[in-house]
Amino acid sequence: MFLKKLSNGKSELKSRNALSDTNLLLIITISVFFIMYISAIVFLGSGFLKPQAFFNILNDNAALIILSCGMSIVMISGGIDISVGQVTALVCMSCAVHLDHNGGNVLTAFLLALMIGLLFGLVQGFLVSYLEIQPFIVTLAGMFFAKGMTTIVNATQFNVVHEGFQELKNTRIYVPGMGSINKIGKYVPAYVEIGVIVALVLVVALFALLRWTKLGRSFYAVGGNSHSANMLGINVKRTKFMSHMLCSLLAGIGGFVYFLHVGSGSPSHASGAEMNAIASSIIGGTMLTGGVGNIVGTLFGVLSLNTIKNIVSSLGLDEAWWTNITVAGMICLFLLIQSIVLSRKNKNKA
Amino acid sequence: MTALKNITVDDIKGSAKKAGNFMLGLVKKQIFIPIAALLILVIFNLIVDPSFFEITLSKNSAGDPVFSGYLITILDNASELAILAIGMTLVTAASGGQDISVGATIAIAGSVMLRVLCGTDSRPETLQAPIIVAFLVCCVVSMLFGAFNGALVAYFKIQPMVATLILFTAGRSIAAWINNNELPVIKDPSFGYYGNFIPGVPVPTPVFLAIACMIVIALVLKFTNLGLYTQAVGINSHSSRLNGIDPAFIKFLTYVILGLCVAVSGFIKVSRLSSINYSVVAKDIEMDAILAVALGGNALSGGKFNMPASILGAYVIQFLTTTLFKFNVDSAALPAYKAIVVIILVVLSAPIVREKLSKLWKTIAPKKAAKEAN
Repeated sequence: MFLKKLSNGKSELKSRNALSDTNLLLIITISVFFIMYISAIVFLGSGFLKPQAFFNILNDNAALIILSCGMSIVMISGGIDISVGQVTALVCMSCAVHLDHNGGNVLTAFLLALMIGLLFGLVQGFLVSYLEIQPFIVTLAGMFFAKGMTTIVNATQFNVVHEGFQELKNTRIYVPGMGSINKIGKYVPAYVEIGVIVALVLVVALFALLRWTKLGRSFYAVGGNSHSANMLGINVKRTKFMSHMLCSLLAGIGGFVYFLHVGSGSPSHASGAEMNAIASSIIGGTMLTGGVGNIVGTLFGVLSLNTIKNIVSSLGLDEAWWTNITVAGMICLFLLIQSIVLSRKNKNKA
Repeated sequence: MTALKNITVDDIKGSAKKAGNFMLGLVKKQIFIPIAALLILVIFNLIVDPSFFEITLSKNSAGDPVFSGYLITILDNASELAILAIGMTLVTAASGGQDISVGATIAIAGSVMLRVLCGTDSRPETLQAPIIVAFLVCCVVSMLFGAFNGALVAYFKIQPMVATLILFTAGRSIAAWINNNELPVIKDPSFGYYGNFIPGVPVPTPVFLAIACMIVIALVLKFTNLGLYTQAVGINSHSSRLNGIDPAFIKFLTYVILGLCVAVSGFIKVSRLSSINYSVVAKDIEMDAILAVALGGNALSGGKFNMPASILGAYVIQFLTTTLFKFNVDSAALPAYKAIVVIILVVLSAPIVREKLSKLWKTIAPKKAAKEAN
């Protein structure tokens, strides 16, 4: 009898664990991504079957993955950061000017990118957490500031010719065992750029941070209910500060990765990236109300978002407006799924 | 003798305290923030260049007498923002979130308007429909889009910023799609009256439209329970439900009202140019509208609101923009300066900072008064 009760309790505990909000939304995201990709292969054929097609999504969006990870962390701890896109543009422009006009090298350019990220993180984090100003307003001002600064640093687009940088930019890492045979019958191995490696390493590191460290768990606690987090002895202000710090730092790194990918500085770089990052986080199952989210989900969010973009453009609906409308439709769909699933679960609980 | 002196000192101390309290009361009032910001800007302009405030009566290209000057420019250009601020304040108060799709829905509203006015041809010689009909269609469409946002927020319980992200992403594309990505141009001069000048009237028409909207919202807030219900829902939607208010419907309603505001703004925007550019029209206006609400001292997390403060906030933002333009700031670099000013304003108006400042005032003021008395 006692044993039975015990095992009952255990299974109850297990089932509740398996269905935690974060995991449930993560499962939905991952399965939707696979369904979408497989149906793209089935219905649209060979283009999506090539491994390089998949790796190109990664190559093009390495920076977005990094930005979205930062966004997820801020959203999990209950805030928002809409400055990341323009910080990316500022980093690109500053690094470009640093490399070409000021004779810097790649390492100092990377340090410059980190510095810019840190600076934005410090100021925004301080204003949000210690002066208790709404994060939306603070990061909105941050976005305006970065936008203006980009044009003050340099108003026009230009390509970087620095040699060391070009070398790094064109470094390709071949994926063993993956490749395809091109039209003239030559075997072309699939490759990824350095940025992808950086992004994937960061995803793993941040996943570990959120899962197993004290700081990571306190992000969830503060986002879920800052009052009870305070009662538990978590330093709410410091945690919020750290979340903004981390997000802006990641924006700095993401900016450098973006710079590595495009190899130029321009005021119009990464415009709207903040909204793409928010959309990816949402598709990945992070909730703006805080306390729910997962970095792996965010990775799949970015992949899903860009897979659907690729599908739309390969359908021949070239016009830019169709891409936007489908992306919006997809966000809408995911929001409805989230809302329905969560409200159902709440009803079951009650 | 000493007793008398003591009394006088105490008296003076008391009056100083009263003055201090009066100042505190003013500082604590919500509308203080935009007024202070406006005063700072006015004083700055007065010191640097008093000609900023000059208004001249000159003739425009059509030969009609019109007022011109920076102040008129501010009043004129802030109209759309002020109208949007009305709706945004209500949305913010009821749902505790902001609608970031207003810029995109302005593009839709303008596109619908031009589509109705132009018919099938994108450059007609005459209007294909009366302006009032086009305006009404535009209102209905905008309110439908507002209702879409509102339904997502109120009935599906999605966070407002995320729900409106959908239209933010798709809005300009939908606008382009409505007109088959053509750029319609209206040649009839009477359409331009609403965004520029009516012949013979020296004040820009958008100013009148903005004032009309303000009067309407003032009457609505005065004679209906909308304001009360909105605040009740924003402060605690659960307890407002227990009091017999339907929180979901109130939230929904505020988004529909914002849709109406968007329609009017969109009308002014397309009338200014008699044409539309989908990717540029009303760009970043959503950020300015949210900023106006925040500058008005309204909590962006919902609850109590102060409508005049929000509207004043909109004018402060335009004042700032025009001031910066006057000093030949490059329009691309403008956001950086704007950001600095915004940060200063927001930091000064942050509750924690204000508390500290008022404490500082409390300790300084009586001492000063006592010193003077001695």
